[in-house]
Amino acid sequence: MLLEVKDLHAGIEGKEILKGLNLQVNKGEVHAIMGPNGSGKSTLSKVLAGHPSYEVISGGVLFEGKDLLELEPDERAREGVFMAFQYPVEVPGVSNSQFLRLAYNEKAKHHGQEELDPLEFNDYLKEKAKIVEMDPQFFKRSVNEGFSGGEKKRNEILQMAVLEPKLAILDETDSGLDIDALRIVAEGVNKLRSSENAIILVTHYQRLLNYIQPDFVHVLANGKIVKEGGKELALELEEKGYDWVKAAGK
Amino acid sequence: MTAELAKATNFGVAFRELIEVEKNADLRSLREKAFAYFEATGFPTPRQEDWKYTNVAPVVSDQWSVVSGTSNGDNTEVLKAFNFDRNGFTALNLAFADIKVLRIAKETSLAEPIEFTFEGEDGKARFPHIVVIAEAGSKATIVETYASNTKSFTNAAIQIIVEDNANVTHYRVQKDSPDAFSYGVTEVTLGRGSSYNSTNVNIGGGLSRHDIEVKFTAEGGEAWVDGLYMLGGAQHHDTHSIIDHTVPNCVSHQTYKGVLNDKSRAVFNGKVFVRENAHGTDAQQSNKNLLLSNDARVDTKPQLEIFNDDVKCAHGATVGQLEEEELFYLLTRGLPESLARNLLTYGFVEQIINKIEIDAIKSELDAAVLNRLNVKLEV
Repeated sequence: MLLEVKDLHAGIEGKEILKGLNLQVNKGEVHAIMGPNGSGKSTLSKVLAGHPSYEVISGGVLFEGKDLLELEPDERAREGVFMAFQYPVEVPGVSNSQFLRLAYNEKAKHHGQEELDPLEFNDYLKEKAKIVEMDPQFFKRSVNEGFSGGEKKRNEILQMAVLEPKLAILDETDSGLDIDALRIVAEGVNKLRSSENAIILVTHYQRLLNYIQPDFVHVLANGKIVKEGGKELALELEEKGYDWVKAAGK
Repeated sequence: MTAELAKATNFGVAFRELIEVEKNADLRSLREKAFAYFEATGFPTPRQEDWKYTNVAPVVSDQWSVVSGTSNGDNTEVLKAFNFDRNGFTALNLAFADIKVLRIAKETSLAEPIEFTFEGEDGKARFPHIVVIAEAGSKATIVETYASNTKSFTNAAIQIIVEDNANVTHYRVQKDSPDAFSYGVTEVTLGRGSSYNSTNVNIGGGLSRHDIEVKFTAEGGEAWVDGLYMLGGAQHHDTHSIIDHTVPNCVSHQTYKGVLNDKSRAVFNGKVFVRENAHGTDAQQSNKNLLLSNDARVDTKPQLEIFNDDVKCAHGATVGQLEEEELFYLLTRGLPESLARNLLTYGFVEQIINKIEIDAIKSELDAAVLNRLNVKLEV
């Protein structure tokens, strides 16, 4: 099993948000975590990625059988956990290609693989950029600086493509995207989907799931998973709204 | 007082030698007035409000041998307008001024930047004084660089007259060695429809102070008065800035950024005056500081003094650490924390360095900043 979340209780600033969450993810699977605002979707993403403001109260998370919660965020990343941000951060002064090469090489170093020099990396990056139809002009621009909402999200998927994570958590990646950007981002994710990795889509809306078909849908309410099913569950949610699951979470 | 008196006497010997050979009568009289002012007031002390956080006593009391200036004849008119009575340094500067005058002819656009570079000499005090007159409709870029690699005392002044519809870009880079002492003043006046765009970088010197005063004298002027100080060790830097809207419909922008590590200390004092008559003024001012160490300290005081209602003004100052969200983002990409912090610090200062349109200067500053942060970025 790639990821096992066991009876996870976690929160922020003394407030418990996840109240006994269980989740199992195997390689080759795509899971959608859906739920109304405040259900704990975002908290789950941040706890998995290791955000320092969130605290784990009890329960555990195993990643490839090892205790994920013991690792710092950067160690998790080098072990193969990736999170695409809802609001990617701008890093002025550092070009996309410089940034990505630093990240790539840190991971390569960690795994005893060969680091790439700027020329080698540029070739590698060009190939990866095709996945999200990104113009090489973006390589020279500062990370996310002056990018539109859609460009930022594409850039997140480009980072995912470059870093080849075992587990990618896409946190509200569909938010704020127009239909064209959504298509490009979703197609990018589909191209990166493989039997060697797993993807967790965290989303409020069913819209993204029209493009990326999940194997499993989990409905989160009040810090717990209250319903699970296949991709058809997403459609049911779209139809009925979240009111009925909110009641179930109480 | 006795130390100051001794100092004044020491400068006195050098001054009498200089004044005997000064052939220009106008200039001789100016120098005498300035030196008399210096003798009367001495160097500024922390008892004065504008020098509250910057004590120059330890450096001015050292024995400096004076490198006296030379004059190149004309242009005493502009020198007469110099506010030598700003403080003891400006008075001493004019007394010993080593004058260089640059006149950019009307409607002329200079393709290449004009560079003034000053290297220090061990144990010596020098007094560069640059006068730039950008005549109507002209365009020029000025680069003023202080690069002493030894224990020296630089007391510099630059006066820039931007005449009607002229555009001046001004880069001032102070990258002296950490045992050097630097005082500098920049005085700028803007004519009708003119622009002045300055970027002031302070990364060197043990103790450094820069006073900059930009004054709009006719409508339609626009000025950018930006800067960066990046300090470590026991470095101390002080910027005092005045932007003076004396006339209607001028625009000023000010962004100063500071990065302080170790036990370094910085002072930013920025006054923006909007005078009674100056309706339609648009003035923006910001000073942001990043403290990388618990022992570093910054005293920042942005001040707006507005005497007119019909204006658009904003100002603010921040002192803080790196944003946790930004740091987290870089960590989730697998960058170790120290590298992540340094990249964000680099990003913080880049906004200022990126303004520099001369590649050689920009890449040199980039390299200096990255080196200080111990980051290797290859393209």
